[in-house]
Amino acid sequence: MSKPIPIKHIDPLAEPRVDYRHYLSNKEITAIEHECALYESRPAAAIDALQIVQGERRWISDDSLYAIADMLGMSATELEGIATFYNLIYRQPVGEHVIHLCDSISCWLHDFQSIADHLRKTLNIEFGQTTSDGKITLLPNVCLGCCDKAPALMLDGELVESLDIASVDKLLQGLSGVQK
Amino acid sequence: MNKPNSQPLSTHLDLANPQNLKAYQSTGGYAGFTNALKMPPQEVQQQVSDSKLKGRGGAGFSTGMKWSFVPMGEDAPKNKYLVCNADEMEPGTFKDRWLMEGSPHLLIEGMMIAAYAIGANVAYIFLRGEYRLCATRLQQAIDEAQAGGLLGDNINGSEFSLQLHLHTSAGRYICGEETALINALEGKRANPRAKPPFPQVVGLFGRPTIVNNCETLCNLPCILKNGGKWYTELSSGADTGSKIYGISGRVKNAGLWERPMGTTAGEILQLAGGMQDGLKLLGWLPGGASTDFLMPEHLDVPMEYDAIAKAGSRMGTGLIIALDDRHCPVGMILNLLQFFAQESCGWCTPCRDGLPWAVEILTRIEVGQGSQDDIDALQQLCSFMWLGKTFCALAPGAVEPLRSGMKYFADDFQQHIDHKGCPHRH
Repeated sequence: MSKPIPIKHIDPLAEPRVDYRHYLSNKEITAIEHECALYESRPAAAIDALQIVQGERRWISDDSLYAIADMLGMSATELEGIATFYNLIYRQPVGEHVIHLCDSISCWLHDFQSIADHLRKTLNIEFGQTTSDGKITLLPNVCLGCCDKAPALMLDGELVESLDIASVDKLLQGLSGVQK
Repeated sequence: MNKPNSQPLSTHLDLANPQNLKAYQSTGGYAGFTNALKMPPQEVQQQVSDSKLKGRGGAGFSTGMKWSFVPMGEDAPKNKYLVCNADEMEPGTFKDRWLMEGSPHLLIEGMMIAAYAIGANVAYIFLRGEYRLCATRLQQAIDEAQAGGLLGDNINGSEFSLQLHLHTSAGRYICGEETALINALEGKRANPRAKPPFPQVVGLFGRPTIVNNCETLCNLPCILKNGGKWYTELSSGADTGSKIYGISGRVKNAGLWERPMGTTAGEILQLAGGMQDGLKLLGWLPGGASTDFLMPEHLDVPMEYDAIAKAGSRMGTGLIIALDDRHCPVGMILNLLQFFAQESCGWCTPCRDGLPWAVEILTRIEVGQGSQDDIDALQQLCSFMWLGKTFCALAPGAVEPLRSGMKYFADDFQQHIDHKGCPHRH
């Protein structure tokens, strides 16, 4: 028998879970305020704010989420609905480098599966996982928009095109300290 | 085409080193906008209506008509918005990236013309998050235009003011749907909205809003520079103007080419040097993942909205995906449906539940565990997810390659069931 899950009592009128002024850096706050000024409402900067904080901290922790929600004047639940909606917002820790391999049709026609298998074997992880040394996270991605140079992947936001096993190996070796 | 400038979209294009403001201006750039600024907004709208330009995002709706629903004049709301839909995520489509990377000022000029025509004072480029190089180059171009007095208050000493901002999204196909895009831009979950009210009247932050595709906007500078009539003469077929066509798959040289509207798929395949050696064309999708399959016998059909529709498909984005005879049609359809199942926003039941169901059945058939009943179930799903039964066009788009694939490749489906496995895997 599993134990019942304890119910947390939350007072909705209490102070915010995380006060953004204490949690976010000045750099983050300035950048987010800049984005807020571009829209008619503060919550409209949600995606920008998530990207800014993720750019500094690699991923969006629960506390980051609460802080951004506090800063934009929206509920954390609503912001969670946005954060989890997008492929490029990470709600779990990721490695130093993130590989997004395209798995859509033009790459399928160019046998991306062999690249996928090679990556999984070489890194010894499945898609959605991070190598044990915390270096590399492997994720799938929908069409990267370079179908004329398939198969393709995105490494830390940079496009790498016309992949084959040799070029993938070279790429992984370039990410120093990768265990083979 | 023997027109002196019959490739107006790619004239300024330089992928390695895109033109800066000065270079763009010295080669005729911003002449269209300068012309527009001399006319009243209604006349700019008229020029675009005369050009018979149709939206290049996939639906092919008349741009002039779309604009005409925006309230104009003294009584119109003070704030209006223009949004460039650059959330290019349709599998097999890479034209907007090409235009934005190679010619960022062309898009900005197009947006300035559109904003002037509808009286918008704020404009956003809604760019997909993966397009990092586009983001850098567009932001540079925006900053240049701002510094050069082309954006901001009282542009060129006129009454017209425009703020242009770049919004980078974070990767979700549904954001390309007009009303979902507006929700995303407001910082909401990107589910589509009910229509009416249409965005032209009640859009971003409740204000009149026009959402135009990136390639559509890139067509505006040449229309305003040379006139709507000139634009109609670029092509000889039913649809007007110039189009970025392309092809991917196992062809010799996949890529993009600017050609007059109505170029045939056969010509595009020829530009790509034909299929790779030893491969035969089995079928093709005319304009992205959400269009019906066509067959080799359709290669002579002009790539025009009505002609492609008559052949049983949709022009979509105009970028062809070629299926060769060494790849399994069932496997291809499975890959397409996996994409749509993953990218469904989950808002309405037929799409949220129907697509994963279709993926499950197709997976079973592909690995050789399918039965005759599965074919019937797939047919039924095609009707459950068709137009009118879903909230937006995502699921019907997914049905298109499925239903046409089941028609054209019925033998392949049957073989999978009869031989309990995929004949393409040995």
